[in-house]
Order: sequence, then structure tokens, then C-alpha cells
Amino acid sequence: MKNSGLAIELKNICKEYATEEVITKVLFDISLVVKKGEFVAITGPSGSGKSTLLNILGLLDTTTTGTYILNNIDVTDLTEDQQSDIRNREIGFVFQSYNLLKRSSVLDNVLLPAIYMGTDAKMRVARAIELLTSVGLGEQMYKRPNQLSGGQQQRVAIARALMNKPAIILADEPTGNLDSKSGVDIMNILKDLNAQGNTIIMITHDKNIASIAKRAVTIMDGRLR
Amino acid sequence: MKPHELFLLAFNSLKSNKLRTGLTTLGVIIGVFAVILLVSIGNGLQTYITDQVSGLGSNLIFVIPGTTGGGRTAGGQQTNKLTFVHAKDLSTKLKEIALVGPVIQKSATVKYGNKSDKGTSILGTGANYPKIVKTVVTKGNYFTTAQERSGAKVALIGLTVQDLLFRNQEPLGKYINIAGTRYVVIGLLEKKGSTFGIDQDNTVIIPITATQRQFGVTNVNSIYISALKPELVPLVKKRAEEVLLKRLTEDDFTLQTQEQTLSTVSSITGVLTIALGGIAAISLIVGGIGVMNIMLVSVTERTKEIGLRKALGARRADILKQFLLEAVMLSLTGGIIGIATGLGASYVISKFFVSEVTPWSVLLAFFFSVAVGIIFGIAPAFRASRLSPIEALRYE
Repeated sequence: MKNSGLAIELKNICKEYATEEVITKVLFDISLVVKKGEFVAITGPSGSGKSTLLNILGLLDTTTTGTYILNNIDVTDLTEDQQSDIRNREIGFVFQSYNLLKRSSVLDNVLLPAIYMGTDAKMRVARAIELLTSVGLGEQMYKRPNQLSGGQQQRVAIARALMNKPAIILADEPTGNLDSKSGVDIMNILKDLNAQGNTIIMITHDKNIASIAKRAVTIMDGRLR
Repeated sequence: MKPHELFLLAFNSLKSNKLRTGLTTLGVIIGVFAVILLVSIGNGLQTYITDQVSGLGSNLIFVIPGTTGGGRTAGGQQTNKLTFVHAKDLSTKLKEIALVGPVIQKSATVKYGNKSDKGTSILGTGANYPKIVKTVVTKGNYFTTAQERSGAKVALIGLTVQDLLFRNQEPLGKYINIAGTRYVVIGLLEKKGSTFGIDQDNTVIIPITATQRQFGVTNVNSIYISALKPELVPLVKKRAEEVLLKRLTEDDFTLQTQEQTLSTVSSITGVLTIALGGIAAISLIVGGIGVMNIMLVSVTERTKEIGLRKALGARRADILKQFLLEAVMLSLTGGIIGIATGLGASYVISKFFVSEVTPWSVLLAFFFSVAVGIIFGIAPAFRASRLSPIEALRYE
């Protein structure tokens, strides 16, 4: 397999949603290349198709036509379980609403991707502790997520996203639910991660947040501008 | 995923929602508990009744009037054609192989001083009765053949009669009044307990001749025949039938061996056990449906969690196994607790009533509880594993 140095290569992606009466076209002929180590912001107004694009990038949704190459692997037509495996190994998600398991401890939340990967128990706990310490939550490991502030919860989510050393980190409005100070903290963490070589793709409707990324792409009515 | 990891996931998930887990387990506990307890009680009853019947005496053959099943007149009335003559016939003809004792049963009020005992069973028997039906006299003596012949007004009283009429008094030698006639107490009978809720100790035994005279009866309620040896029972039965048929027709009497009585009784108690078991099985099924309900609700409630797990790399099979394992663990825990409490309750009940734990009911309850987990866990687990991650994540 050739190593192109590319994290993501989207070729002529189209996405349609078909209901009984109508076919709604959401994405038109999207082509996008993201190199390894890039920090790309995808901006656009609500309804522009940026969430659909992120779901496709995260293998949570499938394309109608087009090709998607992730970390040199063609992931366009995979079975559900193959998609699960790719998500597990290659993609780290940071959601707007954190999506932590409310009833599990912070540590257990961070461990989850490694459990599905089958990492050795000692190794994964060591890594989870290391990651939680690096985002400043070394003392909060055994708390429940709802005992933490929004900014802290998002940091737990970032630690979880990094757990399996993914090829890309997909952040969907990571600061959307946070006050401006916490938002700045989260963006600083993302910037640091990028500086360490992580590839980050972030969706936001906020121009100021987008400007922190090295490159911004705008999507409008399902087309890249 | 490794099995122990899966186990840990399921366990953590159950632990993190204690109320839901507790309520579901309770459903299975009640079901398993009911099965073990009710089957134990049914079984205990069966053993108890069988013991009671066998306790009457071995080698017994009863001659009862009419036929069992059919042969009755339209009104349900049955004319009793058994008399002393038949008893005497049997006694003479079967002298070498059996003892014969006619019995008359009446119900009357027994009085002593200002105390009375209503509805006492008055049993008129011959002097040989203790040799035919196990009867233990704890104090005093049974009446003699001479007393039987003369129709002596003597009585043996059961424990209940004793308690009601002679609290803290010596009954022997005292005169009691049975339906207007005075009898002297010559013996006390051993405690027999109760059968089917009928107090076997509320009994007075008097000579059959006295009964006959006082109540003006010529018929007997039954004739008890005791073969001298167990292997003689079939012969005695055959000969007794021949003797009785000389004066009576086939429809006038029934010969019933102890064995037949036992099989009748056990078929009744068998039905009872099945009925109790049926009730218990229903509660087990209800418990199982409870497990399924909770699992279905839990899938809906945890839709977002399932979506997240899939986004983080859980495969279909991982989700399926986790939900299935949760269901099995719930019902297994419920099953074990149910067995423990069921055994405990059976033990307690055996102290003051009857109950006898049967291994098959414990095994049945155990395997059923596991099966409940698997069967009722499959549908929700399958549903959970089929959810698309993006739909599930969007679910609020």
C-alpha cells in the first residue's frame, strides 16, 4: 500500500437521502484532501451539509457516490463491522455534547475505545491515566462525568478520542456548549495536539474558532466553496 | 472482544443502574421462589397424606357400600345394603386368612358436666379393631370381646375430646354423655393429627353393639378386613368377594385394597402438585416477561449509548453479546437468589406445615431462569445491535 502522506482523500462525494416521496440531495460532488498533520476547519451555516460531511468522514454515515480514502485505505464500501473497526482504530470523535456515559467513571469512559480494540488491560489503564493527566484531569478519574464542568467533560472526551492513537480527530462544534473561557482552553488543547502531529478536522459555524485552524474550508448548500 | 472484558462491560452496566437491575432481578426471584416453594408444599402434602393412609395399617381391605364411580341412583343417593350379617359371613369364612371388623360411624355431641364437644366422630367397632387398624391406647385399655358382645357402655376418647371435656382432670372412669346415653371412659387414644383439615383426634370409639343399640342401626358403614400376611391380600380380596356375592349383587359393595386407596389419594395429590406447579410456572413466565420488558425499555433508554459505543468501535456482535449477557446475568442472579429463598422458605414451612423440596423443581427453576434470560434477552439485544450508529447518536 502506497503511503501518500494524506490523511483523507474525498473524491466526488455525493450524498442523497431518499424518503418515499422525495430524494433530498445534501452533498454535491465534494472533493477534499487533508494531509497528515493538518488542522482543517469546515465552516458553514446550519443546513449547509457540514454535519453530514463530518458523519461521512467519521464513517457514521455512507456516501451515495464517490470515493473515500482514509489513511491510505479505501473505506468507501465497507461492511458495518469493518466500519466499526476503522472508527475504533483510525478516528477519534469529539462531539458537541461530549457524549460521555453518564453512569460510568471518567476513567471507564476513556478506556472504552481500548476495550473494544482489545488492548491489554494494564497498558490501556496506563495510557488512559497518562491522557487524563495531560488534559489536567489526573485528579478526577474516578468521578462521574456529571460531577465535572462542561469544559472538563469535553477534555475527557478529547482524552477518549486520543485513546487508540487515531489517524484523524473529528471535532464537531467542540466548543459549542461551552463558555468562552472553557472554549479557549479546549481550542488550546486541540492546537497543542495538532502541534504534536495529530490531524484534526473540526466543524464549526463560528468564524473566530475556525480562524484558529491552519486551514478553513467553507461549505454552502452542499458544495465546497 | 475477550469474554472477561465482555463480562466486565455487562457487569458495570448492570451495576451502574441499580434500581433497574434490582427490579428486574426481583421478577425472576419471585418466579423461581414460587416454583420451588409451591412444588415443595405439593410434594410435602403428597408424602404426608400417603403416610397417613399407610399409617392406618397394612394388609387392609375395605368393604364399602355401593360402587365407586357410577351405580348411584339419580338423586345421588346410595342405599347401603351392608349389614352385620355380611360382616359375620366374612368373619366366619375368612377366619384362617383374615381379621374382619365392621365399623359404624356417627356424628354426635359428647358432654361431660357443663362442657360439650359438638360434631364428634363416634366410631363403633369390634374388640379386634386395634388388630386391624393401627390404634394406640396411651392410657387404659381397649374394650374386650365380652364387652363388645354385651354392648357395654364403655368409650375410648381422642385427644381433642380429652382437652375439651377434661382439662386438667383425669378422664379414666368418668362418665360422659354421648347423644343422651352415659358411657364410662376406659381408655385414651394416641394423637393422630388432622387429615385434609379434619381433626382425627375429635373421636370417640365405643363397642359396635352399643352403637347399634343406641342409634338403632342395622347397616354398617364399612367392613375392614386385614389379611394376616401381606401376600394373602389378593386371595382375601377374592374370597371376600365370593362370600359377599352370595347375598349381594356386584353393585351393592366395593372392595378396596390399601394399594388402591393409595393410588387414588396420590392421583388427587398429584393433580394438586401440578396445579400448584402451574401457578408457580405462571409467575415464572410473568417474571420472564418482566425481564424482557426491562431489556426492551433499556434498549430504548440506552439508544444514545449504543450509538456512542458503535462510534467508538463496538461491533454488532459486541453490542449483541453485551445485552444478552446482561439479561443472562440478571436472570441467573435472580435464579440463584430465588433458589436460596425458596429453599429457606420451604425449610421454615416444613417446621409447622408440610413441605418437601424436590431436586427436579430446583433444577427446573434454575434452567428456566437461565432460559428466560436468553430467550427474553435475544429480541432486545438483537434490536440494539441493529441500530445504525448515526441514528442512535442523534436519539434524544
